[in-house]
Amino acid sequence: MTNCLGSLPRQHLLHRLHAIQRQHRHISPQAMQQTAAELNIPLSQVAAVVEFYSFFSTQPRGRFDLLLSNCTSCGYRAGSENLLELLCQQLQTVPGKTRADGLVSIGETSCIGMCDHGPSMLINDSPVTGLNAAKLTQIARLIADEIPVPQWPAAWFEISDTVHRRDLLLSNPLIPGNALQQAFQQDASETLAVIQQSGLRGRGGAGFDTGKKWQFCREAPGNAHYVVCNADEGEPGTFKDRYLLREYADALFEGMTLCAFVIGAQQGFVYLRGEYRYLLPHLQAELNHRRKLGLLGTNILGQAGFDFDIEVVVGAGAYICGEESALIESLEGKPGIPRIRPPFPVTHGYWGQPTVVNNVETFIAAAQIALHGASWFKASGTAASAGSKLLSISGDCGKPGIYEYPLGVIIRQVLNDCGAADAQAVQIGGLAGVLLGPAEFNRGIAFEDVATGGSVLVFGQQRDLLAIHRNFAQFFAHESCGFCTPCRVGTQLLKNSLDNIAAGRGSPNDLEELRQLGQIVQHQSHCGLGHTATNHVLDGLRQFPQVFSNRLQSQFTARFDLDQALADARQITRRDDAAAHLDNE
Amino acid sequence: MMTTGVDTIRIDGEEIPFTPGQTIMDAALAAGVYIPHLCHYPGLPPSGNCRLCVVETGNRSVAACITPAAAGQQIISDTPELNATRKAITQMLFVEGNHICPSCEKTGNCKLQAMAYHLGMLDDHFPQSYQRREIDASHPEILLDRSRCILCDLCVRASRDVDKKNVFAIAGRGTHAHLIVNAPSGKLADTPMAVTDLAATICPVGAILIKEKGYEVPIGQRIYDRQTICETGLQEYTDKPIIKKHQSE
Repeated sequence: MTNCLGSLPRQHLLHRLHAIQRQHRHISPQAMQQTAAELNIPLSQVAAVVEFYSFFSTQPRGRFDLLLSNCTSCGYRAGSENLLELLCQQLQTVPGKTRADGLVSIGETSCIGMCDHGPSMLINDSPVTGLNAAKLTQIARLIADEIPVPQWPAAWFEISDTVHRRDLLLSNPLIPGNALQQAFQQDASETLAVIQQSGLRGRGGAGFDTGKKWQFCREAPGNAHYVVCNADEGEPGTFKDRYLLREYADALFEGMTLCAFVIGAQQGFVYLRGEYRYLLPHLQAELNHRRKLGLLGTNILGQAGFDFDIEVVVGAGAYICGEESALIESLEGKPGIPRIRPPFPVTHGYWGQPTVVNNVETFIAAAQIALHGASWFKASGTAASAGSKLLSISGDCGKPGIYEYPLGVIIRQVLNDCGAADAQAVQIGGLAGVLLGPAEFNRGIAFEDVATGGSVLVFGQQRDLLAIHRNFAQFFAHESCGFCTPCRVGTQLLKNSLDNIAAGRGSPNDLEELRQLGQIVQHQSHCGLGHTATNHVLDGLRQFPQVFSNRLQSQFTARFDLDQALADARQITRRDDAAAHLDNE
Repeated sequence: MMTTGVDTIRIDGEEIPFTPGQTIMDAALAAGVYIPHLCHYPGLPPSGNCRLCVVETGNRSVAACITPAAAGQQIISDTPELNATRKAITQMLFVEGNHICPSCEKTGNCKLQAMAYHLGMLDDHFPQSYQRREIDASHPEILLDRSRCILCDLCVRASRDVDKKNVFAIAGRGTHAHLIVNAPSGKLADTPMAVTDLAATICPVGAILIKEKGYEVPIGQRIYDRQTICETGLQEYTDKPIIKKHQSE
């Protein structure tokens, strides 16, 4: 990209801010001013972006900056111990604060997509997996001795992708250029017709007809058309895109190029979640390889006038950017606040131009369909849900990992295959999906039944489901963009209410309160985040009411801890003697 | 005048004409039908953040201020259920900030307070969050008290689109969302904001106040002592003060 003067290459705001954060451990007011001046944008825009994304900080972070995942599968409480507390004790610091000497900061972050690897964290942008008490002791020592991260044991940073079941997509490797060559033998409209006939629907979970999306975009007037890959795999429990980006990046780029051919785009973007920044060098190498092969750039594969290239833009820690219009806002260097729709991105997307936004898996499926044909794809799956689906399975199961099934597969079969036959419950479709108990394990995974972007979180018999609900509620309160009232306030109220119930301060009336609050957030919110944020509570109240009711007090109970409420007064008066506390009878 | 072929929608059974490009809110206000709203102001681009104007059409809940009117739309708005939900959203706004009406200069002129009366709100219902929010008293003539800000974005839009000064923005995520000032110091005094700006007077609550104007109109004679928010909401549409301000400049 070039700036308005068309001379110097202009860095993306998120990349510029990441570089500053990396170098100075924070983004100072002076750095914000300088950035605003360099990029010729309002200072308030830079400040709003810095405050919106979790990975930017206005206060210095440690030289060793650790972010432990708080997901139920790869989080610091996924095992028996609270690893965050343990590590903070060992390094004599508190969560969320930088140690006075600036050596280390330890915080928590939403799922980092390492759910098949056990408790995991990011340290200075790199993932360390398989955390346990013993490994944390070693890590604490390395940090105390100030051993640079690149000198830490290489094995700690290894990611092993375990694929337990392959179907349509994963058993047919794509040779670079083959799908494009096939498409070039026809024209763009014929290629579009193949995608339309295949019945391919968006793999992100919403399931919009891909062929229709491409057609609407192709027909929409504009100065330019854009192809955007949503690689903001933020739904806790999903890590199949991490695998696809590592192993099938070329097929992804092929699918994006195919889409560009159909809609008439010259520029594509991969929006990569900040948690996956470590994949950036690999993706750039793959892009360069394709450029060398003539599969990106000008006159692709000798097709006169077909020019297309792809840029990777890396996010900075915001789940909401998985929502396509928020993603586009982020691509434009703004906070990820979902737009008013309509108009939809197919007609008014990136900088107001017609834009296709599809999931990683969707583009790979499109490339395969272009090569193998529509009937090859439709032969798998159900009438309304053609093809296969990658599932990321984790939690209380014997064999976590990637599973590819034909759509329509019965949940019970999936649970049997992954070694979770006696599951208490399963959350399908991520935290925004549905919570199902054994009575519903006979349902199928398909757009017409249980739709999913690929996340399957398994909860065994010994799991405390209220703790799961609290974890989910905290996630949404943290990730709500804050734009609309019901989601901004409602997700916080819901989190507080569940915390209260868990603390033994809930009354019978609270169940009805939870239900009403859940429905308000679900129906009144602006975007998909709010529409789904309270699904888990509503599902839980319906299927597992005892999870909540067991913790309620039969008599009236104050919502707050009266003694705790006096903490501020004690601090001000510098008293902490017995008389400064309530008699907690 | 064209009497046939005019596109119409129905709100609570009442047939309402609209012109292409109008939202449900535009069409409703033009026809004298009030749909509760706080973040909408006729003449400014709509935002859709307060969600008070959510109505039902088909089986969908949509915000009237950002949803285009479409021929034949059947809309449900003024029902006990939807008004109960609107009351709950108003209560959410009350407990999120620090709204102490008796000590606020805006009392009687405050849209949030008027909305609460309109919807029959008698208590906060939800627990207070007691947020600590920064006050900016740097400007000689304008006070910014974020305690009362409901993040409606009206001052942001007014300053950017009408005053052409781009003084405000909203930063932060979730409950950390807050109004920021577009100046290196982050202070209002270091912006070109003036009392004559639309952004100085459009605040529906007491977050942006003109200094040294305490209680000039006594309590009992203030806007919502004399009129309901339905009446002022419809007047804002017919009077079109923003468009007039545009034209006069």
